[in-house]
Amino acid sequence: VCSTLEGGGPGPGTPELCKRLRQGDSEDGAVDWRQLPEEILLQIFQYLPLLDRAFASQVCRGWNQTFHMPELWRCFEFELNQPASSYLKATHPDLIKQIIKRHSNHLQYVSFKVDSSTESAEAACDILSQLVNCSLKTLGLISTARPSFMELPKSHFISALTVVFVNSKSLSSLKIDDTPVDDPSLKVLVANNSDTLKLLKMSSCPHVSPAGILCVADQCHGLRELALNYHLLSDELLLALSSERHVHLEHLRIDVVSENPGQQFHSIKKSSWDAMVRHSPKFNLVMYFFLYEDEFGPFFRDEVPVTHLYFGRSVSKEVLGRVGLTCPRLVELVVCANGLRPLDEELIRIAERCRQLSAIGLGECEVSCSAFVEFVKMCGGRLTQLSIMEEVLVPDNKYGPDDIHWEVSKHLGRVWFPDMMPTW
Amino acid sequence: MVVNTIHWFRKGLRLHDNPSLRDSIIRADTLRCVYILDPWFAGSSNVGINRWRFLLQCLEDLDASLRKLNSRLFVIRGQPTDVFPRLFKEWKITRLSYEYDSEPFGKDRDAAIKKLATEAGVEVFVRISHTLYDLDKIIELNGGQSPLTYKRFQMLISRMDLVEIPAETITAVVMGKCATPVSDDHDDKFGVPSLEELGFETDGLSSAVWPGGETEALTRLERHLERKAWVANFERPRMNANSLLASPTGLSPYLRFGCLSCRLFHFKLTDLYRKVKKNCVPPLSLYGQLLWREFFYMTATNNPHFDKMEFNPICVQIPWDRNPEALAKWSEGRTGFPWIDAIMTQLRQEGWIHHLARHAVACFLTRGDLWISWEEGMKVFEELLLDADWSVNAGSWMWLSCSSFFQQFFHCYCPVGFGRRTDPNGDYIRHYLPILRGFPAKFIYDPWNAPESVQKIAKCIIGVHYPKPMVNHAEASRINIERMKQIYQQLSCYRGLGLLATVPSNATNNGDGNGAGPSSGDNTQESTHITAVHPSPASSQPKFSPFTVSCDQLSVNSVQPQPGYSGVGIVGQAHKQSQRGEFCSNGFGGLIAYSELKLSHWGLKCFHLIELHYIICSLL
Repeated sequence: VCSTLEGGGPGPGTPELCKRLRQGDSEDGAVDWRQLPEEILLQIFQYLPLLDRAFASQVCRGWNQTFHMPELWRCFEFELNQPASSYLKATHPDLIKQIIKRHSNHLQYVSFKVDSSTESAEAACDILSQLVNCSLKTLGLISTARPSFMELPKSHFISALTVVFVNSKSLSSLKIDDTPVDDPSLKVLVANNSDTLKLLKMSSCPHVSPAGILCVADQCHGLRELALNYHLLSDELLLALSSERHVHLEHLRIDVVSENPGQQFHSIKKSSWDAMVRHSPKFNLVMYFFLYEDEFGPFFRDEVPVTHLYFGRSVSKEVLGRVGLTCPRLVELVVCANGLRPLDEELIRIAERCRQLSAIGLGECEVSCSAFVEFVKMCGGRLTQLSIMEEVLVPDNKYGPDDIHWEVSKHLGRVWFPDMMPTW
Repeated sequence: MVVNTIHWFRKGLRLHDNPSLRDSIIRADTLRCVYILDPWFAGSSNVGINRWRFLLQCLEDLDASLRKLNSRLFVIRGQPTDVFPRLFKEWKITRLSYEYDSEPFGKDRDAAIKKLATEAGVEVFVRISHTLYDLDKIIELNGGQSPLTYKRFQMLISRMDLVEIPAETITAVVMGKCATPVSDDHDDKFGVPSLEELGFETDGLSSAVWPGGETEALTRLERHLERKAWVANFERPRMNANSLLASPTGLSPYLRFGCLSCRLFHFKLTDLYRKVKKNCVPPLSLYGQLLWREFFYMTATNNPHFDKMEFNPICVQIPWDRNPEALAKWSEGRTGFPWIDAIMTQLRQEGWIHHLARHAVACFLTRGDLWISWEEGMKVFEELLLDADWSVNAGSWMWLSCSSFFQQFFHCYCPVGFGRRTDPNGDYIRHYLPILRGFPAKFIYDPWNAPESVQKIAKCIIGVHYPKPMVNHAEASRINIERMKQIYQQLSCYRGLGLLATVPSNATNNGDGNGAGPSSGDNTQESTHITAVHPSPASSQPKFSPFTVSCDQLSVNSVQPQPGYSGVGIVGQAHKQSQRGEFCSNGFGGLIAYSELKLSHWGLKCFHLIELHYIICSLL
């Protein structure tokens, strides 16, 4: 035990504890396990899964007491699955009952993993509404398959969620993607947790309005990470996040999703982005695009401080050309699909202009082998992630499919191969 | 001493390159070639009519070829374990031969038969001829574990001895004095059954696009090589509208049933390449199709749970949705996406679809759109796809759903754009979905976007004559890419914002277990991958206990942190941080860092009632 602890270095006082343990050794050298100090037992328990701790708690009264120490019940993940909609087992209702009864006041980091059934989402809300005497620091509502919280009556969901907002008072991290959260409930969140809130993930929450999220940004000055859909993004929001009272933002994630083809999107002023960069020079802007090709009109017209860019659907050669001109802070670029014309000049321009680019992924696109080699040569060793489907690289008179990886490896300074899919 | 031999056909339905058959004829007095078929199983099994027809045609062809050698095929109705003891006695058998089967269930079955044979004093000949190599030797070369990436596999292959030359074809000369006793009522007792006899309804069955049998296979092989020689291009042909259709040079079903020897194909390809390219050494990519097949046979051979997510040590556990209705729409071609529906229709009608078409429908069913388990898709292919083999089918599905083998998951095939790029005109759609024939190319891949007037002219109203799309692809792919990212972040312990770096094998800083640096030119990073699938329980909470119990040597590896694997350190840190309840702010993984690396998670998933009882008792 001692050697593990010394190796693991759980903090100050360890040698002291070990000494006490050694002194407790009986004459024949055997350790008297009953004398294992509670702090060490606790330390060990923290490394054990619940089941093993439960077994251990049957050993003696002392160990059972340790089993119930609040430290061991701070985190819990409720898994709510129905046999009809999931392959995974669920947290047993009796276990949930016992945890609420004996340890709900100890819970601090709670997440719910919910399958696609409404019953599971409902069960999550039932648990939430029972968490009246606890103060959560993090809460995550995670849909593991089709989002099911959206299928609940909005009022039911909101009342459960506000129980946590009102009682917690010190929420720092909240992940409520794909839920029917709305403006009034965000107001309750802000009223009770504005000093502590640091992370808010709420992609695809259709009942929130730009005003609703603006209220959060105005009041929660410690907010460092935020994820939302593009329709909630406004110049006002960016200005609020870059106000003097606000801490530096670390991550902003924006999902740009088209509901029906031909949708019109608003644009964001360059001055608002500039304000953001001035206030938080190191912030990461992650943008995921799921648009039809003809919906890119308002995007990449002016400089945008995007760092991670993901195009989930086909994106035109022209838009990629604009990316090279307007995204100087780009770190990662992923293009799932493009038309049939090779992206040669666009890639070269990106290599030229995006000096931070270190990761690129290309799916159904085409690039000539020579242009690709040139691209890699220009970026060199800073390309730490280079994921290119084999079919992307079009052989030309300089390089064929069998020698391109050598050439690319040479410029990268490490062994590289294109990604392959099975010929099946 | 009289030698009476039985050759037991299962796969390997051919007389060329059949080393076990050839060896079993040597100094034999009599030979009986048998195929054992369980008629009850035929009716109730998952295998569809096209696959049965293909098999029966193979058997008929085999019987015809044997007749030319004054022999016959004996189709025996029953179960191998019941049949053989009877045959051994009845025919006074002293020797049994069969082709080696590398698949776990085949190995079990063969072990049982071998035992029966030994007990009956029958000697057993087994030879490898369904794969290019002795798979166990590849695994041995890799230190006793199947490599989990295709790159690594290729590297091993390049170090293997040359593929063995195909065995000589069984001819009258090879048969020599060896005779087959054939009775007058042979056809009644041992004839190849008809589809009707197996309980299939054959009214309205169109003729086979892929006729089964060795004769057909050899004709196709010649045509295949002629075409390659003609274009003198050995690269993988780029996909176009034509490649979607069944080709008279396609070989995959013939390789699956062993009507065509993979070694003969390999040998002929090499030969042709040398002739055309003036004695250049052929690149591995020349054998792509054969090597992929080999790769999946190899990864499956020691893994009886290869076709399942649960208890499968190489399969990432993904919380797929169970949704029988959506599954039925997919499998019956009623998704509302013409590209997907046309492919599924072609599969059901003809039993074969192009490999990129397979990618498209597999991606759509699993990680792309419907988020349904790859196991369900695999079962549908098992029923319909002529070349679906247990190992190759399950392996490909795991690959395409990003459930194993560490490939990027960012790339989702678009159910509209992918087809449009392949066949801009949409002729393929019109061929398999005649209802959409009237739509112009502009709307044929997304007819729901066509104005009402266009739908009226096309005489097909979307939502009435053809279904509306069952999902919003943009929304589904947004949700699904996020889920995949979460799952892979958990595996790789990567907490940054990048999407590409979340795939374990792509983590920039993953060292490798064997101490070879990344620039050594020898990609030996395999051992870290295994650790990544099973984060070490010694240093972190996620405990894959249910999944490691069942697995073989992999689990041993998984509990020993690999020295060079920095990911383990990250787990440890994240864990420590979360223990103190600190806010871990390194990307949006912040919250995940608490919950997913935390206590109970994996432990809870697999509680049996008795275990639960313990926990609850402790709590009381």
